[in-house]
Amino acid sequence: MTRLRLSMPGLDLKNPIMPASGCFGFGKEFSEFYDLSELGAVIIKAATGETRYGNPTPRVAETSAGMLNAIGLQNPGVDRIISEELPYLSEYNAPVIANVAGSTVEEYVEVAEKISRDHTINALELNISCPNVKEGGVQFGTDAALAAEVTRQVKQASEVPVYVKLSPNVTDIVGMAKAVEKAGADGLSMINTLAGMRLDLHRRKPIIANQTGGLSGPAIKPIAIRMIYQVYQEVDIPIIGMGGIETVEDIIEFLLAGASAVAVGSANFKNPFICKELIDQLPEAMERYGFDQVEEMIGGAHR
Amino acid sequence: MMIREEMEIIFHERIAEDTYRMTLQGDLPAEIRQPGQFVHILIDQSDSLRRPISIADADTAKQTLTILYKILGRGTAALSKKQSGDHLDVLGPGGNGFPIDSITAERALLVGGGIGVPPLYYLAKQLKEKGIEVTTVLGFQHEASVFFEEEFRELGEVFVTTNDGSYGNKGFVTEILPALEGRFDTYFSCGPAVMLKAVSEKLDGYEGYLSIEERLGCGVGACFACVVQAPEGDSKGYRKICHDGPVFRTGEVIL
Repeated sequence: MTRLRLSMPGLDLKNPIMPASGCFGFGKEFSEFYDLSELGAVIIKAATGETRYGNPTPRVAETSAGMLNAIGLQNPGVDRIISEELPYLSEYNAPVIANVAGSTVEEYVEVAEKISRDHTINALELNISCPNVKEGGVQFGTDAALAAEVTRQVKQASEVPVYVKLSPNVTDIVGMAKAVEKAGADGLSMINTLAGMRLDLHRRKPIIANQTGGLSGPAIKPIAIRMIYQVYQEVDIPIIGMGGIETVEDIIEFLLAGASAVAVGSANFKNPFICKELIDQLPEAMERYGFDQVEEMIGGAHR
Repeated sequence: MMIREEMEIIFHERIAEDTYRMTLQGDLPAEIRQPGQFVHILIDQSDSLRRPISIADADTAKQTLTILYKILGRGTAALSKKQSGDHLDVLGPGGNGFPIDSITAERALLVGGGIGVPPLYYLAKQLKEKGIEVTTVLGFQHEASVFFEEEFRELGEVFVTTNDGSYGNKGFVTEILPALEGRFDTYFSCGPAVMLKAVSEKLDGYEGYLSIEERLGCGVGACFACVVQAPEGDSKGYRKICHDGPVFRTGEVIL
């Protein structure tokens, strides 16, 4: 199926579809449903320097056309991810993108240095956009100077290309994208979730224990499309698009807006087979809209 | 193995206040390993999250499973409107239930609270089949919310409590427990977290298994929405309710 193939920095993708970070763990659970080698790539759950337990529960709540989550970057820490999780993924024939998080620039650098040296990892996704942790995360993603600084240092420390995951919780997404591009980012990944809240009417308190959570799902898709459309016009680095993808038509829309590949997030919770189903359905949908190769679709709305 | 299929609703009726019994048919019942596992139901294709519901009974010969659920929100309200002949998108069976094959009990005590009662029914049937004596304590809000008392009575002695005393003994399930000392060696409980905590404290020293409720995300162990803390010294520090549980041995997690 060569028509689905494409290349991005560090990534030779057999198709443009991958599960999004945090929605797929480290892959093991989903390998019971289908062969992970079918995926374009896998973006694994965020790694931090030390073990993190994350936020109190409840951590999720359904919303209209979406959901809120506030997991809080729970993960076993970069060392144990390398020793306990990556060996399993290395058995599959799909590139692996490691999501790198931290509370300080030093922590981002430490994680990037360690995990980018593992032979299983093909690229990093620099997570400066998690809305659910008190320190780090989104504070780096909402200040262009800080975002550029952490990008520059991680880029220096990393052995593999770095995709910076942008937060939509900003007024000037193009400014953020240009700042990290200038700091050396090899690509962008957008968008992360939008900060949101839901209240329990009986208790008169937020449903999510962390109070706020990140909104994902179809509700945020138009925001993702708009931001990718705007950023594509202003930068020269490729974009991995995400935000509410549930159908092959959604994927084509993301590519036309300017994404080179896409990540599927919350939809994995509704249907654990979703990524494989979308990969199988994509060629036919491409035909329907008059495309022979994936590359023809990228940025198609701008021509 | 977990599978996803469109199961047919072959029976659906209201059995108590806001409480319904539904029987589903398909290939999924053949995959059930233990009582206490759950099914993860996408009630409407436009929903963003599935709803986890315990398996209350199953019949592999008839390819059916039964769920009992209570209307607690928009999802379960929509579920109550479904009719026999309709199909439901079901993922399951999920998680680890009561380890029925390795249980060595001679006399079991089952303690269920409200909509935590259902998984104990499938457990009670299997305990009885193994020749284990079953005593059951069922706690409900009030008379109108009582269900499955007769079904449990066919399997052993049953005590019912209601918070307001409108039926059975007045008070919480924990108030009955002292009178049952000496009549069991292992207990099994499912209900709200506060009840599980009170029951496990009252029955400290007994071998016990608790089934925990939580809001789930993926339901397959990948998203970390439903974690519960493990005691200090545990190498992982947590358990995933959907994947490691929902049933845990007492002391395995912090309530």
